[in-house]
Amino acid sequence: MNRIDEKFKLLKEKGKTALIAYIMGGYPNLDLSPKIIQSIIDSGADVLEIGIPYSDPLADGPTIQRASEKALAEGVTTPDVFNLVKNLRERNNIPILIMTYYNIIFHYGLDKFTEDAFNNGVDGVIIPDLPPEEADLWLEASKEKLDTVFLLAPTSTEERIEKIASASKGFIYCVSLTGVTGARESLSNSLPDFIASVKSKTDKPVGIGFGISTSKQAKEISELADGVIIGSAIINLIEKSKTEEEQIKNVSEFIRNVRREM
Amino acid sequence: MSPEFFLPDKEGHYGEYGGKYVPETLMAALKELEEAYNKYKDDDEFKEELNYYLKDYVGRPTPLYLAERLTNLLGGAKIYLKREDLAHTGAHKINNTMGQILLAKRLGKKRIIAETGAGQHGVATATVAAMFGLECVIYMGEEDIARQAPNVFRMKILGAEVVPVSSGSKTLKDAMNEAIRDWVTNVKTTHYIIGSVAGPHPYPMIVRDFQIIIGKETKEQILAKEKRMPDYIVACVGGGSNSMGIFYPFLNTDVKLIGVEAAGLGLETGKHGASLEKGSKGVLHGSMSYVLQDEFGQIQEAHSISAGLDYPGVGPEHAYMKDKSLVTYVGITDKEAIDAFKLLSKTEGIIPALESAHAIAYLNNLAPGLSKDKIIIVNLSGRGDKDVQTAAKVMGFSL
Repeated sequence: MNRIDEKFKLLKEKGKTALIAYIMGGYPNLDLSPKIIQSIIDSGADVLEIGIPYSDPLADGPTIQRASEKALAEGVTTPDVFNLVKNLRERNNIPILIMTYYNIIFHYGLDKFTEDAFNNGVDGVIIPDLPPEEADLWLEASKEKLDTVFLLAPTSTEERIEKIASASKGFIYCVSLTGVTGARESLSNSLPDFIASVKSKTDKPVGIGFGISTSKQAKEISELADGVIIGSAIINLIEKSKTEEEQIKNVSEFIRNVRREM
Repeated sequence: MSPEFFLPDKEGHYGEYGGKYVPETLMAALKELEEAYNKYKDDDEFKEELNYYLKDYVGRPTPLYLAERLTNLLGGAKIYLKREDLAHTGAHKINNTMGQILLAKRLGKKRIIAETGAGQHGVATATVAAMFGLECVIYMGEEDIARQAPNVFRMKILGAEVVPVSSGSKTLKDAMNEAIRDWVTNVKTTHYIIGSVAGPHPYPMIVRDFQIIIGKETKEQILAKEKRMPDYIVACVGGGSNSMGIFYPFLNTDVKLIGVEAAGLGLETGKHGASLEKGSKGVLHGSMSYVLQDEFGQIQEAHSISAGLDYPGVGPEHAYMKDKSLVTYVGITDKEAIDAFKLLSKTEGIIPALESAHAIAYLNNLAPGLSKDKIIIVNLSGRGDKDVQTAAKVMGFSL
């Protein structure tokens, strides 16, 4: 059993929902990024998603786009992010997934990406522009070593829900709204029906992400799902904080608050 | 008929290229579009309506014109121009937007979005949206807005909202990212009219099919005028829609097909838009094709004096045609394009779009070395009124 499965099993036994935190790797720079991520872990996140920045992040809203541009401007590369994971892995057992776009993986080489990710301590990947229809080669290369989490959206048909639920490993990433990533004021009314439909077709853990920005929303979502995914809200906090100390302090407080509410 | 004529396969692949590399949110809409297209493409009422508008509104068929003075000047093969610049709105782009808006109407979509580089596709989209009374939003990079001001104004006059895109390189690639993000958000009410043979399946197929009319007319016209097929067809390639349209009916014949990419400041300078000649396999905007990218798969900024060719990707079927050697791809620099822009204006009284000027420029390399009984057809994909500012700047005129 890998780290992701173990974590969800453990939380389920405790009757708890996973807090899944997304952060762009190497953001706001390579020095500070490991400190921020460590503080996210220490403040109670259960699962980490670490982004590899990409020039054309078309599933992302303005917040993650800016983080991606900033990291690229800092010169952050795929090996840098692997190295970041390697260093985190030395003293953390938290499940770590890489989230990035397919061209980054494809260009690196499917086998090489799998090897390097696995050897540095990555447990799985989330690729927002790779639906199962295009994933055969990737799954063939990675299946022994990395879980691939597929995404479902409110627009997914019943047929696709079945297909994707069956293809997804680790958990199923349900996009809470019809749109791109980014903090939103309120959540979609149709979310409970969508999640119920997913849950009726699978026993795999279901994570919900996109648009979740407050501990109150996280609590609402935790009633529906096995995992609550928060990303843009964390990056917004880092953007707003003036000093490094403030960035770490604000992010830690936010994660602790969310964890407590859930 | 050879297998090429049956591509893409049912998942939208052209060999290893094409496909649907998009967020899950869009998968249902792509399927809906594909089903609608498959239903209507052979539907008599749809075809009749499209033909009616193409004839009476767009002004098709566009002429195939013998450029006698240019032929004499270059002193070799006989040169014909397929006059897509004479189509309504001044470029071939409207062939596709007209087809797609008729599909959008049948899908019950009330809102139209599009990306644009040179502004020709934006204008062509705003035009058909105005004609059918649909809301229209056009995404355009800030840099392109600055260099294509006349087209920005045209879109606004036509009632479209032009949204400036300031991310990344602030050009066509970023406009397309933003249009996709809009579509992900508003997919239930909105139809996205992609302007080139790029993007996720079924777009490359749909746009190709709506542009094939260029090649079909060309074939009939040249057979009527010369009683034979041409020897060469030359067209510029950015995303690749005008070239695909004129090439397609001539694939697997003896006609040599030449696609002209933007060599920008030179193919060896790294500042160009030549994805097929200098790029490598990768995924951009929903399909696998050739892209300009760095060693880590970050998409590179393209460079061309022509906004319509300033794109770091190319339609997936072009990638396939390159690998199969069905088309030869070459590069023309900014400078050569500007020279051709002047040349065609002076010898034929036709100011070409800077995109099309790339195809014209290649005649200097091709025509003089051929005997006078050979025939070359150039797709003159658009007119150059939109480019006068850019050209004036390069030529040292202040307007």
